[in-house]
Order: sequence, then structure tokens, then C-alpha cells
Amino acid sequence: MSMLTALLVGFGAAAVAPALHRFAGRWTGALLTLVPAALFASFVIRVAPLVDGHVATERYAWAPRLMLHLSLRADGLALLMALLITGIGALVALYANRYLEGHPHLGRFYLFFFGFMSSMLGLVLSDNLLALFIFWELTSLTSYLLIGFDHTRDTSRAAALQGLLVTVGGGQALLVGVVMMGSAVGTLELSQLPGHALQTHPLYPWMLLLVLVGAFTKSAQFPFHFWLPGAMAAPTPVSAYLHSATMVKAGVFLLARLTPALGATPLWESAVTWVGGATMVVGAFLALGQRDLKLILAHATVCVLGTLTFLIGLGTALALHAMVVFLLAHALYKGALFLAAGAIDHATGTRDLVLLGGLRRAMPLTTAAVLLAAASMAGLVPALGFIGKELVYEGALAAPRAPGLATGATLLAFIPLVAVAAMLAVRPFFGATRELPHAPHEGPPGMWLGPLVLSVLGLVLGLFPSAVDGLLARASAVMAPAAPPPPPLKPWHGLNAALGLSVASLAGGAAVYFARDGLRGRISRLRLERWGPGRGYELALAGMLRFARFQTRLLQSGYLRRYLRMSVVAVGGLTAYALLTRARVWPELRGGDLEPYEAAVGVLMVLAAVTAARTRSRLASVSAMGVVGFGVALVFLFFGAPDLALTQSIVEALTVVVFLLALFHLPAYEELSSRPARLRDVGVSLAFGAVMATLLLVTVQNPEFPPISGYFLQNSVPGGHGRNVVNVILVDFRALDTLGEITVLAIAALGVSALLKAGRQKGTAR
Amino acid sequence: MTLETLLALVIGALYAAGLYMMLRRSVVKLVIGLALLAHASNLLVFTGVGLTRGRAPLVPEEATVPAPGVADPLAQALVLTAIVISFGLLVFTVVLLYRAHQAVGSPDLDAMRSTEE
Repeated sequence: MSMLTALLVGFGAAAVAPALHRFAGRWTGALLTLVPAALFASFVIRVAPLVDGHVATERYAWAPRLMLHLSLRADGLALLMALLITGIGALVALYANRYLEGHPHLGRFYLFFFGFMSSMLGLVLSDNLLALFIFWELTSLTSYLLIGFDHTRDTSRAAALQGLLVTVGGGQALLVGVVMMGSAVGTLELSQLPGHALQTHPLYPWMLLLVLVGAFTKSAQFPFHFWLPGAMAAPTPVSAYLHSATMVKAGVFLLARLTPALGATPLWESAVTWVGGATMVVGAFLALGQRDLKLILAHATVCVLGTLTFLIGLGTALALHAMVVFLLAHALYKGALFLAAGAIDHATGTRDLVLLGGLRRAMPLTTAAVLLAAASMAGLVPALGFIGKELVYEGALAAPRAPGLATGATLLAFIPLVAVAAMLAVRPFFGATRELPHAPHEGPPGMWLGPLVLSVLGLVLGLFPSAVDGLLARASAVMAPAAPPPPPLKPWHGLNAALGLSVASLAGGAAVYFARDGLRGRISRLRLERWGPGRGYELALAGMLRFARFQTRLLQSGYLRRYLRMSVVAVGGLTAYALLTRARVWPELRGGDLEPYEAAVGVLMVLAAVTAARTRSRLASVSAMGVVGFGVALVFLFFGAPDLALTQSIVEALTVVVFLLALFHLPAYEELSSRPARLRDVGVSLAFGAVMATLLLVTVQNPEFPPISGYFLQNSVPGGHGRNVVNVILVDFRALDTLGEITVLAIAALGVSALLKAGRQKGTAR
Repeated sequence: MTLETLLALVIGALYAAGLYMMLRRSVVKLVIGLALLAHASNLLVFTGVGLTRGRAPLVPEEATVPAPGVADPLAQALVLTAIVISFGLLVFTVVLLYRAHQAVGSPDLDAMRSTEE
């Protein structure tokens, strides 16, 4: 199966899901699970060739002149992510079928779900930054739809909007950064980006900043971490899939992808390391303050995302390899824990850690899954999480700068993580059985299969890491192509400093675990939501709405003349600005060749215009308008436009007649506006007139383009068989314009007739 | 003074007078202002391509192309269309205001802000 086919199959599954739900009912999920399962298989068979050094690529032209290609590339990193997306996707699709059983909008859920899955696949497989950006935004959009799936609850809608605004706002920054990179080096193919040219470019700090904002918002890095706990309003399968295993890793993935191109500069290292480090400590700390299982897991996810970013920032080959291993370990255990949390919620009706207890007898399989996953989370031998954690510590110890600080921060993040793992493993399952909203029971196979498979996989890979060694080595080679291949993963690293730190974090975690209730109270009493970055988001949103209301009050007055004045001032002002800055030749008011009769007509028109504007008599102003009109006809006549002169005379005569007919039905003039208002309008009008006069003079004396009328003059007789060129243009070359003109007249005539008729009927009715 | 300068002054005066009348609250002034603005725009396009005294873009009987230096036919065609359309617009506006005046009973545009009768 080609990668393009894989994407199309995924999007196709999304498209047919709603219709399928109507026919297949409760079998929908089972049937649709086959799609990600098949895709997973198609990616599994790509692993062996990749490990042998063959990277599959596909390239389809999309909009080549915009440097946009659909180039797909299954290198180690992309393949690792694709396997996670499709593998966990299959388990979650199966799980969701039971979790949302009987939900009337299950079909719509699968539409969003598979739309997300395929976008995410496109994101990780894209080798073109613009294509990646498009998929990136698609994942934000589908995430929005999934968080707000329960759209009748306003907290869901607010959380969905918050996630959307934060991630899409970051997406806009990313787009600008990507475009800057493209115009700096002339290519957007990730595998061809020249790192040196980018890093020495004068705009490099801006590109880096914009790309980092995109990656940090997507991966919920401090201070943008607040949207991720909010996203827990989504159904639990969505939280497990999007907001722990896949989408939130997109930012980390992008950073990893761009490491060869943008990385290894002091700016990159300090920005990425500090933000990642702050995120992991803040996330771990906040996780201790929660009672809701999903919120605990969400904050722990923030912590892990911070760790991954932190490792990318350290940038050594060792740290990058640790990042890949830790990413895989986290996806497996966090997916399992989220799904298990959903199963507990489903079975008992609550997710409150304080209320839960003694579930091990009623839910043995879920208990087993959670124990295994929590062991991996805490980094106990022999889970995969242990190997990941050892590598993270090794990476921190070997940090190129301030290894003590790096190690300390890691320890500070991992101690609460161990305590959280212990809380999750012990509290709900052991101790006395408690009163719960529902009697607990083990869910159907679809609901325990997912967590169990994922957590057992975490154990198996911990015992036999050689199974994924080749793939993971290829994945870290994407980020550090020049580095020697990392040593093979082993279940046991021997007695070294990293092991000592592991033991220290376990001991510290145990201590925190026993002090957990006091800590939780103290952290939640800080009321971080009152002054944290989430509050900043609320203030910004409220401020924007206030500004919009203020602007509406200012601009939308409902008075025609205010709109008119505003438009004229804006257009006239911009025109004047363009004239002042752009005109190459200023008009010369040199002595002229003016004939006396031409001057006389001009003076007459000006006088008539002034009279029309000043007079208090309706008849006088209509007459003055007529004088202007016939003056225009004379100008046409003087300067070689007899057809125009003729038309203008007829039309002007008709206009005056219409006005005179209507005049006595229309109100007399009254002085309605005040003197200052009139003076202001005189000022605006005179300024506008001056701008237009100057525009004309500058235009005439600065011909920007050669006239295109030569074609019509040459082809009028040979092509149009007419000797009056204006006529030929109207009825032949530009006949469609004339048709439009006739249509306008016809519509106006219909409108006039309808208005007059309506007036008569109303009149008789009264 | 050159030809273009004269016409620029005329056009400027027409724009200023037309705009001033459109900014008034009286409905009739609004329509007359609209008419003046239409004249100004037609003249602007006509003058913008350059003026030629007295030589219409016509092809003599014996030739297939007009003599060099005739007036620009394209601007004339555009202006011709514009004259007719602005006439249609003007007549429609006059009738609309006539009806609106019947319904509202005030010469003041500010009295026409509501959609209710």
C-alpha cells in the first residue's frame, strides 16, 4: 500500500463513517477498526526495509510554484509515529465503540476521529513543510470538533474553543515561520533544508521564534500548557488518543524534524531547553494537585511533553535517542492509563481519585493493565519506562552545559511523576470498597483490551527492547544524522549514576506519595487558575470582545453620511498617501494651449456645480445639474467623442425630465445640519476634490502602462467589420459588457415599475 | 493653463460638490450629489487616457485602420456604458426616495433608519 493510498483510505473511512453507522449500528466501530488495523499492518511491513537503510519516499506535485508538494517520506521518526497513530488508533476505535455505545452521534464521532487520524498520518509523513502545515491545521480543527463533541455542554464548547484558539494561533506563527524559511532558502522539503544557510540567515531568530511558538502551543508547553487539561472535556477515547499519544506530540515531532535544519544554535538550545524544563517541572507539580483521574493524567502528560522538548533542547545524540525511547514508552503507558480511566468512569460513574477504592476484585483486568502501565510510568524494572528513564537521566548527566541543573530539573519532575503513578495504581484498586454511583463491573472486551494490550506491550518491549531497537535507532538518526548509531537498548544498564538517580526518584516519589493529601490541598489552595496563564487567555479573549464592541459602536452608526464620510476619508487619504510617496513626476502647471471656448465651458461647469451645492431652491439645483450634464456632453464633443456627446445629451435631458416630474412629490429643501457640520463637510469635500484632481494630473503625466486600445483600432475593420471603433467595441469586442449594461437597465426599469405600482396600491388601500 | 489642468479643476469641483451634497441630510440633495459624482467619474476616465482635440476614432471609407492620433476608443466605450448605467441607477434612486418619502413622510435621512414602518 502506498503512503498516499494509506492517507486516502483513512480519509475515506472518515467520509463513509456516518452512513455506515446508519446501516451497521453497533457494529460500526468493529468494522471501522479494521481500517487503522490494516494501515498499521501496512506500516509494520515497512519497518524491516527501513532498518536495512531503505527510506520509502513518494512525491506528488500539488502547487509546485508555491514550493508545495505532497512529498511523503517514511523515515524512522515518521514510521514510529505512524505506527503509534494507527496502532493506538485501532485500539481506541474499538474502545470508543463500546464507550459511546448507543450514542446517537457515533457516526459523526468516527467521522471526526478518522479525519483526525488521517490528518495526523499526513502530518508525520509529510516531507514538505507547507503540506505538513496543512495537516497540522487539520489536526487542530478535528481536535476542536472532538473536544466539543459533547456540544450541548458549554464547558465543552469553551474548552474546544480554547484549544482551537491556542493551537491555531500557534499555527499562524508556524505558517509565517515556514514561509520565511522557504523564501530564505528556496525549498521547503524537510530532507533538503540546508541547515547552515538557515542558521546564518539574518532572519534566523524570527524564523526560530515563530516555529517555536507553533510547536510549543501544539505540544502544550509552558506557558501555553493550560489548554491541554481543558481539552479533557472531550470523550475519554479522544483524550487518550489526541491529547496524550498523538496530536500533542506533533509539536515535539516538529522540533525533532527541524533539529538538523534549525537546531544546535545557542538560541535554539537555550529556548527549547528552558521551556521544556519549565514545562516538565510545572506539569509534574500541577499533577499532584488534582483529584480527577483525567486531569491528573493530563498534567502528567504536560510534564512528559516538557521532558521530550527538554531532551531535544539538550541536543546530544544521547539525549535525542532518550527522547525517542521515552516518547514510545509514554505513548504506550499513557494511552493505557487514559483508556483505563475511561473504563473506571464508565463502570463506576466517577473519576474522582478520592472517592474511588477497592476496584481490584470487580475489575481485575483493568487493575492489571493499570498496574503494568503505572510501573512503566514510574520507571520500574523491567518496563520500557525504566529504559526510557535511565536514558533520560544519562542524557541529562551528559548535558553539554550545566549538567547539574539539567539533572536536578529532571529529578524534580520525575519524583512527582513516580508519586502520581503510585496514586493511580493504588488508590482506585486497593483498600476498602467504597460507595460509588454505580456498582463497579468489568467492561466488555473492547474496553479492557486496549489498555491491556498497550500496557503488556510496555512490559514486553522493556524485556525485549531489541524488537524495536532498529526502528528507534533510525528515528534518532533523523535528528542527528552525523552521529554514530546509538548503542543497542538493554533491559538492564548495570549499576551506574543513572540507576542511582532512578532509585533516588523512586524514594522521593514514595515520600511524596505518603504526603500526597497535604500536598494536594496546598497546591489546589494556590488557585493557579486565578493568576496562571489560563487566566491570561481569558483576559485576552474578554479584551478582544470588548474591543470589538467598542469598534462596532464607533463604526456602525447607522447613518449613511457617516459611512460615506468614513469611506471617502479612507480612500482619499490612501490615494493622497500613494500620490505623495509614489508619483515620479509632479504635474507642471505650465502656460497652456487652451482655447477660449473650452475655458468658458469649464468655468460654466464649475459655477453650475457650486450653484447646485449652495442653492436653497430645488428647481435651481436640478437646473444646475442639467447645466453640468450638458457641459460634460460638450467636453465629449470637443475631444473626439461624438457618440458620447450624443448619448450624454439624451440621457441628461431625460434625467432632468425625471427629476422635474418627481420634484413636486419630493420634499422641499430644509436646512437640517448645523453650521459646524456643514463647514466640516465642505472641508472633507474640497480635500477629496483636490485629491481627485491631483490624481488625474499625475495619472496623465505618468503613464504607467501603454494603452491597450491599439488592438481595437487595428482590428475594428478586419475583425469587427465596422468603421466606428467605439461602436464595434460595444457590440462586438466587449459585447458581454453591453449585455450586462442592458440587464442592469432592465432590472432598474422593473424596480421602478414595481415601486410605483406598490405605491399606487397602498395609496388606494388607504 | 493646459487642457488637462482645466479638466482636472472641473472634475475636482464636481467631486467636491457631489460629495458635499451626498453628505447632507436632505434626500433630494443626496440624489443630485449622486448625479454630479457620476459626471465627475465619467470625465475622470475620459480625461485619464489623454485628450485629443476633435479626432474621433472612426475608420475612413478607403482605409482599414484609423489615422494615427485619434482619441482612445476603449475609454469612450467604457464611459458610454457608465453613462447609461448611472442613468438607470439615478432613476431608480429617485423613485425609491419618492416611495420612501411617501412612507416616512420626512425629508430627513435620519428619519429613515428603522426597518419598521
